[in-house]
Amino acid sequence: MSELPKIRPGATGPAAEREVKLIQIRREAEQRGAVAGKGIRPGGSPFPIASPETGYYGIPLLKEPAWTGEIPLYFFVGGAAGAAAVMGAIANYTGADRKLVRNARWIAAAGALISPALLISDLGRPERFLSMMRVFKPQSPMSVGVWTLLGFSGGAAAAAFAGFMHERYGPSLPLRILENAGEAASLLFGLPFSNYTGVLIGATAIPVWNQNVGELPIHFAASGVSAAVGMLELMGHRKSRALQMLGLGAALFECWEGWRVESRRQPGLDPLKHGPSGWITRAGGALSGPVPAVLRLASLFSARKSTDDLRRWAAISSIAGSLITRIAWVHAGHVSVRDWREPLGIESPLQGL
Amino acid sequence: MAITAFLTDSTLCIGCKACEVACKEWNGVGADGVNWSGYSYDNTGALGHSTWRHVKFVECVPEPGFGGNAPELNSWSFSSDVCKHCENAGCLEACPTGALVRTEFGGVYLQPDVCNGCAYCVVACPFGVVQRNPADGRAFKCTFCYDRQKAGLIPACAKACPTESIKFGEIEGLREKAGERMQELQRRGMRDAVFYDASDTSVGGSHAMFIVRGDPRTYNLPPKPEVPTVYLKKGWTSSAIAAGLLLAGSLIAFLSEKRSNGR
Repeated sequence: MSELPKIRPGATGPAAEREVKLIQIRREAEQRGAVAGKGIRPGGSPFPIASPETGYYGIPLLKEPAWTGEIPLYFFVGGAAGAAAVMGAIANYTGADRKLVRNARWIAAAGALISPALLISDLGRPERFLSMMRVFKPQSPMSVGVWTLLGFSGGAAAAAFAGFMHERYGPSLPLRILENAGEAASLLFGLPFSNYTGVLIGATAIPVWNQNVGELPIHFAASGVSAAVGMLELMGHRKSRALQMLGLGAALFECWEGWRVESRRQPGLDPLKHGPSGWITRAGGALSGPVPAVLRLASLFSARKSTDDLRRWAAISSIAGSLITRIAWVHAGHVSVRDWREPLGIESPLQGL
Repeated sequence: MAITAFLTDSTLCIGCKACEVACKEWNGVGADGVNWSGYSYDNTGALGHSTWRHVKFVECVPEPGFGGNAPELNSWSFSSDVCKHCENAGCLEACPTGALVRTEFGGVYLQPDVCNGCAYCVVACPFGVVQRNPADGRAFKCTFCYDRQKAGLIPACAKACPTESIKFGEIEGLREKAGERMQELQRRGMRDAVFYDASDTSVGGSHAMFIVRGDPRTYNLPPKPEVPTVYLKKGWTSSAIAAGLLLAGSLIAFLSEKRSNGR
């Protein structure tokens, strides 16, 4: 036995034992022309087995989203811009502070320019975006969304541009018409634009998304509102009661949304609760819900000087929470796809995978 | 034009992958590389942008009388998977550019010159068929050999199949053939044979039908595939509620601020 050739210097363990056994069998076969004992199972055994419990070897049936990092960023920017446009228009119509109206328009206009840039960057080649404008398909949330984006971008950019010219060079009728029309368009398109991304990911084959399709648009709208409020507050509007109300409302809704996800026992929601994707979701949820809600409530009952600080922190938390929430949902979609059980209707718990 | 379909009978499949090769040759699809998945003789694991036919190698726990030559050996089934060409196709509905179209033969065809690579079809397919090619940026899937069908030829995979496991023909005729085949298999004692065409779901049937042995889930055939358009109503209702809440919330907030300022 001692003259047996070594497989790998210092190799031990079951693999090395199998190799030694294999060499013995070969030698026996060479010397006697037959092997008396049992054979061996080749390396890597036991073989993976396909079964109704593991599906096809546990290989995911669905495909992971192929979107790049621009898409969650677009969800964030678009949501904030849409909500800002709506808030700006309503503020204008109700005769609120001019400065707030102007800043809301700037947020909307910036979002209107950044959003298409992010989408085009995801497509890889700029001219591919033109294909989006070949048709309008009501049954495709992507098509509806692109046309909404185009309407919104035009409106928001026009309103901001006309408003700027108006302030710089004085009033004129064409500018007035452009400003009002742009504002009306950005309000009209901003309403769906701030939340359609919830329908976009909800109406897919991905379990964690389609199981939440009834809540996602409202959740995304609340997230957009809290980000827009946060941005306006960081631009100096920390005394506005209206923004405080909107921010508080959005934060309270986000608290409810977090509770809804946490309290429901549904295997499809696992990516939102377990593992890294679960913690990203929780981090985003905490920063959009309880943290700004507590800060805003505290600011209502505190001295004037600390009110300002509290609202600034609430704003920062809301913006970060909104961004993380969008990233969390897209990431949860990836994790959801990797779990082969849901689309196959397998209810066995995950074991060692 | 006749509406056509595939019937893939896995009881006849010998796992030779001739369909995969014929598909790649005819359609000029890139190689997948010599990478073994570690799962039997499967090398790609699933359909994808460069795998329009995919032979599944299903090794199951030993079960007397089910495949294999000896009762202690694992049973071994093969099945050639392909785009289902759904009657209600999720990818076709989701495509924002109109690149995905229904052909006169009933198949779902992706026009590569129109596709802009938005990848929305990827998440809309309940069978995980369409995939974005990372090098190219656009999505790709089985064309149902639209060019060959136009010229009166049968798809390359069906042509190459040496055992007629992949049958191609007019859809109603194939359904009848499938029924006859199922009866024959039952008669011969293959009571675990299952016919799969997803016709009892919102997908509404497929132009790629399958006969498999045992649980279709071991072939990654989902028991309840849903075309994602079924979620649209709920989604847009929620979107309308969200828009209403945003509008009402802004009005209430700014009007109440105005009132308190005016006081």
